[in-house]
Amino acid sequence: MIPELGHFALCLAAGLALMQCVAPISGVVLRRERWQAMAWPLAVGQVVFTIIAYGALTWSFIHVDFSVRYVATNAHSELPMFYRISAVWGGHEGSLLLWVLMLGAWTLLVAGLNRSLPRDIGASVLGVMGAVSCAFLLFTLLTSNPFERLIPAPPEGQDLNPLLQDPGLIIHPPMLYMGYVGFSVAFAFAVAALISGRLDAAWARWTRPWTTLAWSFLTVGILLGSWWAYNELGWGGWWFWDPVENASFMPWLIGTALIHSLAVTEKRGMFKAWTVLLAISAFALSLLGTFLVRSGVLVSVHAFATDPSRGVFVLMIFGFFVGGALLLFALRAARFQVRQQLTLFSREGLLLLNNVFLSVAALAVLLGTLYPLFVDAMGLGKLSVGPPYFDAVFAPLTMPLVLLVGFASAVMWKRGDWSRLRRQSLIPIAVAIVVAVLMALFGVRGLGVSAAILLAVWCMAGALAEPLRITLRRSRVKMGRAQWGMTLAHIGLGVFVLGVALVNHGSIERDVRLVPGETTEFAGYAFKFVGVARDEGPNYDADVGTVEVSRDGKAVATLNPEKRYYRMGGNPMTEAAIDISPLRDIYVSLGEPVQGGAWILRLYVKPLIRWIWSGALLMALGGALAATDRRYRLQSRAARAVTAEAESVHA
Amino acid sequence: MMAVGALVVGAGTAVALALVAFQSNLIYFYSPSEVLAGELPPQARIRLGGIVEEGSVQRSGSDTTVTFRLADCEQAIPVRYSGILPDLFREGQGIVAIGTYDVQSGFSAEEVLAKHDENYMPPELEESLKDKAGTSCMPVANT
Repeated sequence: MIPELGHFALCLAAGLALMQCVAPISGVVLRRERWQAMAWPLAVGQVVFTIIAYGALTWSFIHVDFSVRYVATNAHSELPMFYRISAVWGGHEGSLLLWVLMLGAWTLLVAGLNRSLPRDIGASVLGVMGAVSCAFLLFTLLTSNPFERLIPAPPEGQDLNPLLQDPGLIIHPPMLYMGYVGFSVAFAFAVAALISGRLDAAWARWTRPWTTLAWSFLTVGILLGSWWAYNELGWGGWWFWDPVENASFMPWLIGTALIHSLAVTEKRGMFKAWTVLLAISAFALSLLGTFLVRSGVLVSVHAFATDPSRGVFVLMIFGFFVGGALLLFALRAARFQVRQQLTLFSREGLLLLNNVFLSVAALAVLLGTLYPLFVDAMGLGKLSVGPPYFDAVFAPLTMPLVLLVGFASAVMWKRGDWSRLRRQSLIPIAVAIVVAVLMALFGVRGLGVSAAILLAVWCMAGALAEPLRITLRRSRVKMGRAQWGMTLAHIGLGVFVLGVALVNHGSIERDVRLVPGETTEFAGYAFKFVGVARDEGPNYDADVGTVEVSRDGKAVATLNPEKRYYRMGGNPMTEAAIDISPLRDIYVSLGEPVQGGAWILRLYVKPLIRWIWSGALLMALGGALAATDRRYRLQSRAARAVTAEAESVHA
Repeated sequence: MMAVGALVVGAGTAVALALVAFQSNLIYFYSPSEVLAGELPPQARIRLGGIVEEGSVQRSGSDTTVTFRLADCEQAIPVRYSGILPDLFREGQGIVAIGTYDVQSGFSAEEVLAKHDENYMPPELEESLKDKAGTSCMPVANT
C-alpha cells in the first residue's frame, strides 16, 4: 500500500511541477500577476509530494519490502539500518528520486530566501526550476519507476552492491547531487534574465550566493568520491580520470569560472553574456554528467545496468533545456553587450584570464571524455583516452591559474597599480622561494615539484596577505564573510596543489609477495606480514591480514587489511587498511593467497595525500562562508524596505 | 588589443598542447583475434579484451607475476602481469588488460581491469565477444 501511495505522490508531484512551470512563465510572458503569484504555492506542493514519495520508498527499504522490485534488487534482510536508508539511492531509480528531492530542496530554499526578488524574476526562476523538476519526475515515472512491484515477492533480496556499503558512500551522492542540481538555480536565474532582458548588478548579487553554495556542495561531493575511491576501491589512488569523475569535474571547472565571472558582472557590469553562457554551460554539463552516468555509455564504477531508453530520455531532457536556453541566448544576448574598456592589468582582466584557463581546461576534459564515445558512435573503432593525456594537459593549464590566484587581492578593479602590487607581493614571493628552497634541501626537488611548491606557497601567502595586513594595521575596514571565504578557498587551492605535487612526487607503491613472518622494507619503513585469520562480519566473512609497520625499530602501526566475502555471493571486496597522519599515509591492501601460504600484498607510502582532501574541503568551506555574506542578505532587506515603503504609499 | 592578443596566443598554445597530448594518448581496443591477425601497429599500447580461459591462471612461485590466457570466440593470447589482480578477476570472466603485445613474449599488461560489478560488462568487450553470427560466446555465469 505504501509503495502505491509513493507512486501516486510522485505522479501528483509531476503534475504540480508542470503547473509550476507553465503558470508563472506564461504569467510573465502575458504579464498576469496572479499567474506569477502561483509559483510559490505550486512549488511548495510539488516538493511536499516529492518528499512523500521519497519517504514511501525509504519506508519500503526500512521494512525491507521485497515485493518492490527496486528494494529486492538493492537490499537484504540482514542489511544494517544505516545502509537500508542509504540504499534508497544505491541504484538508478532511487538515485533519480534523490535528484528530484534535492531539486525540491533548492526550490524551497530559493523561494523562501529570495522573496525580495522582483515578482516576475522570482516567478521565472521558479518556473524554470519547475520545468527541470517536471522533466526529471517524468523521467523517473516513465523509465525508472522505483515503486514497481515484483509479484510474487522473492524470499530474500539481492543485497546492496558491497562496493556501496561504506560510510563515504552515504554522503557522496547527496553532496554531488546538491552540487549538480544546485547549478539549476544559476541556470534558472540565467534564463529568467534572458526572458526579462534585465541583467544588472542586482541580478548578479542574487545569483552569486546560490552558485557559490552549489559549487561548494559539488566540491564536497567530488572530494568524498575521491576519498571513497581511495579507501574502498583498493587501488590506492585519489583520481583516475575515469569518465564519470570527469563528468563531475567539468561542471566544477565551469562552475568555478562562473563564480569568478559573476564577481566581474556584479562589480563592473561586464562579461554579462559570458556569465549567462557559463551558467547555462554549468547546468548543461551537470545534465551531461547525469546522461553519461545513467545511460551506460561509459564503462565505469558508476555505470548502472544499461538501458538505452533511459539514455535517450536524458538526452531529450538535455536537448530541451540546453537547446532552449541557447536559443533564447542567441535571441537576447545582444542586449547584454557592454562597450567598456578592459585593461588586462586589472582585477577583471586577471579574472578574464582565469575564465579562459578554466574553460579551456573544461574543454580539454570534455574532449578526452567525449571523443571515444564519438568515435565509437561513428563506428571508427573502440578507443579510450589515457590518464597521461589529462595529466599532460592539466599541469600547464593549472600552473598559471595558481599563479593568478596570488594576485587576487593585490590587483584592484578597473586598473592595477604596479607599485602597490610590488609592495604587496614582495613578502609572498619571498616566502614561496624560501619554502621551495627548504623543501629542495630536504630532498623534495625536481623541476615540476619545485615549481608546484613555489606556486602553491605563493598562492597561499598571497591569499593570506590581505587579511594579515588588515588585522595588523587595525584598520577600520572589516573583511566581510565573502572576503574571508575567498581567502579560505584560495588557501585551500594552495594546500590542494601542495598535496597533489607531493603525492605525485613522493608516492612509493609496491606489490609484494610475503609469507607470514616475512618483512619487507622501503621508504624507511619495515612492513612485517604476521599472517591472515578468518573473521565474521554482520553480512560477510573476511580474511583479515595483520601487518606490523615500524620505523627504525619503533612500532608505527598495526594494520588489518581485509578481504570480504559477502554471503549473498558475488565477488570478494578488498578493504584496505590505512595508517593516517597529516604528513603521510601508509596504505596496505590484501591481494590474493598464492602457493606456500604466501599472500600478495600492496603497500603504499603516500606523502601529504590528506592535504588533497583538506585543500578541497577548505575550498568548499570558503565557498559556503562566502555564500552567507551579509551583503547578499542586506540587499534583500533593503529591497524589502523599498517594497514596504511602496506598499505604505499605496495604502 | 594587447589583452585580445595575449588571450589568442595563450588559448592557442593551450589547445595545441592539448591536441598533441591527446594524439599520443589514444588507446585502441583490440580482441585477441585481431591482435593475432597482425592488425596491431608495432609497440602500440592497447586495450585487450576477452575472457580469462578456464584453468589458465598461473601464479609464479617466487614473485608477484601471474600469467593467464585471454580468449575471444576464436583465439587466445598469453598475458603476463605483475601485481594484484582486481577483486572481480576470475577464470571465465571478461576482463580488459592494458599493455603492449610482442609476438615472442605475448601480451604484457600494465593494468588489468575487471568488470566493475556482476551485472555490468564493458560494451566494447561484450561486442567483441560475439562470433560472426552475432551470438555471444561468453560462458553462462554459474551464479
